[in-house]
Amino acid sequence: MYRYDQYDHRIVEERVAQFRDQVSRRLSGELTEDEFRILRLQNGLYMQIHAYMLRIAVPYGLLSSTQVRMFAHIARKYDREYGHFSTRQNIQFNWVKLPDVPDILDELASVEMHANQTSGNCIRNITCDEYAGVAQDELVDPRPYAEILRQWSTFHPEFAFLPRKFKFAITGATQDRAAIEVHDIGLAVVKNQLGEVGFRVLVGGGLGRTPVIGTEISAFVPWQDVISYVESIVRVYNQYGRRDNLYKARIKILVKALGIEEFRRQVEAEWEFTRGGPCTITVEELNRVAAFFEAPAYEVLPEIDAGVVALQSDNKGFANWMQRNVKPHKVPGYASVVLSLKKTGVAPGDATAEQMDAVAILADRFSFGEVRITHMQNIVLADVRQSDLAALWQAAKQLGLATPNIGLLTDIICCPGGDFCALANARSIPLARAIAECFEDIDFLHDIGEIDLNISGCVNACAHHHIGHIGILGVDKDGEEWYQVSIGGAQGNNSSIGKVIGRSFSFGQVPEVLARLLQVYVEARFDDERFIDTVRRIGYEPFKDYVYASPVEDDKELAGVDYELLKAGVPYDMPYYSPRF
Amino acid sequence: MIIKNITVVEDDWSVLRLTENDSPQTVEVATGRVIVPLSVWLAQRDSLKNRAEIGVWLHSCEDPEALREDLACFAVIGVAFPKFADGRGYSIAHYVRERLGYKGELRAIGDVLRDQLFYMQRMGFDAFAVRADKDIHDALKGLSDFSEVYQASIDQPLPLFRRVQRGGVSK
Ligand code: SF4
Repeated sequence: MYRYDQYDHRIVEERVAQFRDQVSRRLSGELTEDEFRILRLQNGLYMQIHAYMLRIAVPYGLLSSTQVRMFAHIARKYDREYGHFSTRQNIQFNWVKLPDVPDILDELASVEMHANQTSGNCIRNITCDEYAGVAQDELVDPRPYAEILRQWSTFHPEFAFLPRKFKFAITGATQDRAAIEVHDIGLAVVKNQLGEVGFRVLVGGGLGRTPVIGTEISAFVPWQDVISYVESIVRVYNQYGRRDNLYKARIKILVKALGIEEFRRQVEAEWEFTRGGPCTITVEELNRVAAFFEAPAYEVLPEIDAGVVALQSDNKGFANWMQRNVKPHKVPGYASVVLSLKKTGVAPGDATAEQMDAVAILADRFSFGEVRITHMQNIVLADVRQSDLAALWQAAKQLGLATPNIGLLTDIICCPGGDFCALANARSIPLARAIAECFEDIDFLHDIGEIDLNISGCVNACAHHHIGHIGILGVDKDGEEWYQVSIGGAQGNNSSIGKVIGRSFSFGQVPEVLARLLQVYVEARFDDERFIDTVRRIGYEPFKDYVYASPVEDDKELAGVDYELLKAGVPYDMPYYSPRF
Repeated sequence: MIIKNITVVEDDWSVLRLTENDSPQTVEVATGRVIVPLSVWLAQRDSLKNRAEIGVWLHSCEDPEALREDLACFAVIGVAFPKFADGRGYSIAHYVRERLGYKGELRAIGDVLRDQLFYMQRMGFDAFAVRADKDIHDALKGLSDFSEVYQASIDQPLPLFRRVQRGGVSK
């Protein structure tokens, strides 16, 4: 993976010093909260319901075991012994204290990490295919480009105060696992007829209040020109994106307002001046960065490991895990393993300090000391020998990280919601827990098969509910928490925005609603047809009709959640649900 | 007092701001060193042109292209930051320096604060009218927050990777 040189170190250290000074000026009252707020956001620091939350960047989702150990250390020393992995492949600590933050950042800098631009109206952490470098369908490893763009976007002086946040995603594979269609800029590495590498560039995708699938602005930008090209896009946006209305400020609104042709014309007019200029990426720089991502020293191994095959037929638990949590690898005899952070009873994406330390040990032992975070809020060990799978499975089981549910109904994508987030309309974590408990039966889950369930606590859509096959959105009705259900959303190559099935439901009704949706699916599906494919084939009416055909029971004891407290709405003294309270 | 060329200096330019009742055509431009709004410049160009020294300033929503023909007339061009979080001024500065090729004084006015000065300087501002309620000597420190940067900009036209030998994989 990429390692800092003296320049990277210096820039990050100077940033920490700058922020340390800003924090002390805030504490002394020299800076007002209004002035400080924007500065702290650009350093990843949010004010949540209970405390400050620090979001640490995990550039393109890649971590060393040393960095994972640092997270465990931070969790113990400055937080409540756990961290939360987010849908942007970052990690969040929910209980930090303002005066500690500069020290945390110093500790992070010592292991080549930071919290820069993980919030604020600037270019955010660039996300990437979590199987970059190991996927069988990869054309080009996107990570060197992601790193080059990370450096370009870090403290870019022109783009620190954009109309709104700005997110990039990048993939180098034929299957899009980075959701590039729902980012402000989505980049897909492609090769042209001559075999030259370049980027297909999408612009103006996004979720939130107005979900939009990105539009192609260029079918091929040569790799050398990618910085000048995206700089032109962001420059046009910085000047003409709306600043009068927070909800209309994302680039997608500008692209819609101008139309893609006009927007492209403006970008290309701008690009004419910078194309071929100093921003052009040099072969030397690409090679320097790419060398950090070269394949580790793989052994020559047989394609299939006999021990794994034997254990699979002997042990149903192992077979289930193999089926769901183990992914193919481009090198014979290797596999990528997903460690599930979606165990029933645990907030999706949460990991304890103990688990993080243990993951670091597993990474060192089984996967060249590297770890990846997925945008589905799980952890991946990307380079595991098949002959080690059984041992890894045993170890992961002990840690509670081997739930064989990757891609299944209980692999829920869930935002922090009303338990933590000041913007929430409704709680999402307790609902995720309730759903996981209702549908815990592993055979049932495997029978239902692949299904993305996403729960966002408000319209900001941090859990990407629009592109969940089933999406749940917390809404506020007269100060009470309600949930709107949509179906038919999808991420990947054939993205779509889900459609709301009708009026919203109370907390206690949601599991029954899901059960009804699944019933329709089970009756209508052909063979191995996935839920989303059935929805696409038969349309959403049969689902809607069945859900609303008879009153849905409101289970007031659902998952032991105090219903009265839920109805009372915010504020809460403590997160209602967390395994650690 | 303003910051100019990394020093706090006295300054005798005044910035003309139109009130609701003023019209660009008729507002009276005081004698001496005045930085006028673009609208006033465009309306009173013929008379203002003959002054020994004149400046012009742009709102963050105005197009600097309007200055192209008259660049030689200005001793100073101001760019207003109505709120420090309004980042359009950075792209305006880029345009004025890069596309118009303006070499004279480029001054940030309005909500100009210490923690943005480094970025402003990178975009080609060389004068900063720091907000009056802030300590200008303190603000000066903001210009030296970083000693190294990654990307090309106005103050540093080459990106880091073209300027230095970066560290590679240690063999
Ligand atoms: S979706 Fe809404 S409630 Fe959930 S984390 Fe984002 S802003 Fe908060």
